[in-house]
Amino acid sequence: MSEFKITRRGLLQSTAAAGAVLAAPTIFSSKAFAAGYLNEPKGKTVTFGFNVPQTGAYADEGADELRAYQLAVEHINGEGDGGMLNTFSSKALKGNGVNGKKVVYVTGDTQTKSDAARASAKRMIEKDGAIMITGGSSSGVAIAVQGLCQDAGVIFMAGLTHSNDTTGKDKRANGFRHFFNTEMTGAALAPVLKKNFGSDRVAYHLTADYTWGWSQEGSIKKYTEELGWKTASAVRTPLGAGDFSQYITPVLNSGADVLVLNHYGRDMVNSLTQAVQFGLRDKQVNGKDFAIVVPLYSRLMAQGAGENVKGIFGSTNWHWSLQDEGSQAFVKSFGKKYGFPPSQAAHTTYCQAILYADACQRAGTFRPSGVGKALEGFKFDGLGNGPTEYRAEDHQCFKDVLVVKGKENPTSKFDVLEVVEVTPRAQVEYPASLLGGELGPYNDGK
Amino acid sequence: MDAILLQILNGLDKGGAYALIALGLTIIFGTLGVVNFAHGALFMLGAFCAVAVKAVLNIQMVTIDPTKMTPWGAPMEIRQPYVEVWFGDFGTTLLDFSVPVSILLAIPIMLIIGIAMERGLIRYFYKRPHAEQILVTFGLAIVLQEIVKSYFGANPIPQPAPDMANGMIDFGILVGFDAGNVVYPAWRFIYFLFSTAVIAAVFAFLQFTTFGMVVRAGMADRETVGLLGIDIDRRFTIVFGMAAVVAGLAGTMYTPILSPDYHMGMDFLVLSFVVVVVGGMGSLGGAVSAGFLLGILQSFASMNEVKAILPGIDQIIIYLIAVVVLLVRPRGLMGRRGVMEQ
Repeated sequence: MSEFKITRRGLLQSTAAAGAVLAAPTIFSSKAFAAGYLNEPKGKTVTFGFNVPQTGAYADEGADELRAYQLAVEHINGEGDGGMLNTFSSKALKGNGVNGKKVVYVTGDTQTKSDAARASAKRMIEKDGAIMITGGSSSGVAIAVQGLCQDAGVIFMAGLTHSNDTTGKDKRANGFRHFFNTEMTGAALAPVLKKNFGSDRVAYHLTADYTWGWSQEGSIKKYTEELGWKTASAVRTPLGAGDFSQYITPVLNSGADVLVLNHYGRDMVNSLTQAVQFGLRDKQVNGKDFAIVVPLYSRLMAQGAGENVKGIFGSTNWHWSLQDEGSQAFVKSFGKKYGFPPSQAAHTTYCQAILYADACQRAGTFRPSGVGKALEGFKFDGLGNGPTEYRAEDHQCFKDVLVVKGKENPTSKFDVLEVVEVTPRAQVEYPASLLGGELGPYNDGK
Repeated sequence: MDAILLQILNGLDKGGAYALIALGLTIIFGTLGVVNFAHGALFMLGAFCAVAVKAVLNIQMVTIDPTKMTPWGAPMEIRQPYVEVWFGDFGTTLLDFSVPVSILLAIPIMLIIGIAMERGLIRYFYKRPHAEQILVTFGLAIVLQEIVKSYFGANPIPQPAPDMANGMIDFGILVGFDAGNVVYPAWRFIYFLFSTAVIAAVFAFLQFTTFGMVVRAGMADRETVGLLGIDIDRRFTIVFGMAAVVAGLAGTMYTPILSPDYHMGMDFLVLSFVVVVVGGMGSLGGAVSAGFLLGILQSFASMNEVKAILPGIDQIIIYLIAVVVLLVRPRGLMGRRGVMEQ
């Protein structure tokens, strides 16, 4: 009778072998391995993940993004009037889905909070099998979700995010942004400010104390100081301060003759309303008419400031009053379905969904690295911003930028802004190295 | 000097809102012993009374202009408010004065909401721990917020002050400065006057009416008042409604200063609790004094000269004051012995 002896070496070898055998079925059946890349669609559908603020301060903007995404999915699948697919220069999409698969979607609520946005994106990737995540109305959220998508191995098509950092120091290979940024706003706005207010001005900045605010303040200061403007002071205000009166009163006797409100959303509505209440729009300083500037306008938010936006300059990514063929097709399609014109948030998210689908179709795959390569350096037209390029070096779209002004005589509640200048793309381009950061390699989720 | 005067004025109108909310909180805590975290939501509901009145006054007659089309191909609508169609210039004036007119609606609505809130929910939590009261009232605040959001959306809704109150008042001339050096928005000054009038009315009501006397007696010794055959619970219910009206009016009149949105109550709630604690739990005078004091200090802390010495002080000043006051006077500035000490 042989003796059964357990040695330390034998136990370790047996345990390793048993572990490998037990784990093998899991490894070979896991989506990542079997598919070659994360969430490769195997059936007749492919799932997009729309991560937008459905609750919180930007819920209305999020709702408009979601409307645009639903419209984009309809158009990609061949339903409705086709919208901007009819004017889009790329004709890869044929109205029968993407790569032979119908597009379906799942939604998540970012709540405009980075942790909630990451959690909802994670859920859509891991539980719902989303091949791509898109959406959002905040730079902080966009940067957080972009990082998550890079680590997970899916493409992130950013929604409304305006901070330089999204495609600057925090850029990632898996992330792409169609929306413009604060650098472009500064480059587009400064010449218009010079034309309207001259080059001998003293500016006072009130800045939201977070990544986008700092980025916006830096860009406007840089470009206005190049014009010859001086900066009297740049004051950081807490996010969601509500009443800005204690920050506005020091402006009154500061010697500044321009107030730059680096605020967005509710902060912009409140600070602008209160600045006008304090008589700044009608004030005279240094023998000049006092001016207020809101570098980033959102039509949805401008509605909240009511008549206070009249005559106030700012910039925007897109506006429904544009007369190009693509914009008109989108406004017609969106207005017919929902009864009102789309916002810039709706426009950029619609474009992102179409651009992603088109890239997948051209690449013939949903593999992130393949789709990314198809987007890199992609030149297109017909999506409402004139000839546009997805720059390969930083995954930032370069296109014309709109300088707008609060309309003096609006004809409807949607008609609050007027386009005063379409700044050509060449004027807002900058070297990719300017904003720093590294794209790094693509992650396919293997 | 002109900058200091401006910040005092800032502090007074901001302090007016803090004082009104804190006054309501203190009344509820003093009478019912309830820590009401839904009080900020009452401020928000008051603001939305103004939004609702404007929306009703702004119901429009729609006529179709078949000669003009929208960019999406629908016939253009021409809209005019019915009040202007029916009443001409008077209708236009009514629309212009929609915020002050809203007070007429806000008083009964907020009274009903306050009484319903107390009878329908809060009375079941009188004998429960403060932690449970906080949880249930906080939950109620979230429910109220979401209801408002579902009807009015998440974006701020502008509520302009009447045209005649849109200008500036030159305070500089009154105190010997050059004209134009200390100018302040008229509506903000009106708000300060309004808040002091409401505060005076509440104090007068509690001080000089029989009802108020019974309520004060109930606040001091509820059991003895009950033994005298007085239905103190019914009176306290009305007091809850009154506190809701005070918070609601504060919100209604604040709308031209801060465009209302569903979340505005939460922004004021935390600050108002700090005001109550600094003033002294249960002290009406303390709540009002602390409201104005903290409003003024918060404004001063935002001056560039102050921030140059103490960066970021504007964001923490209220809490810093609370810490200092609680260390030096643990019952707050005017707190009573025995309140929240068991």
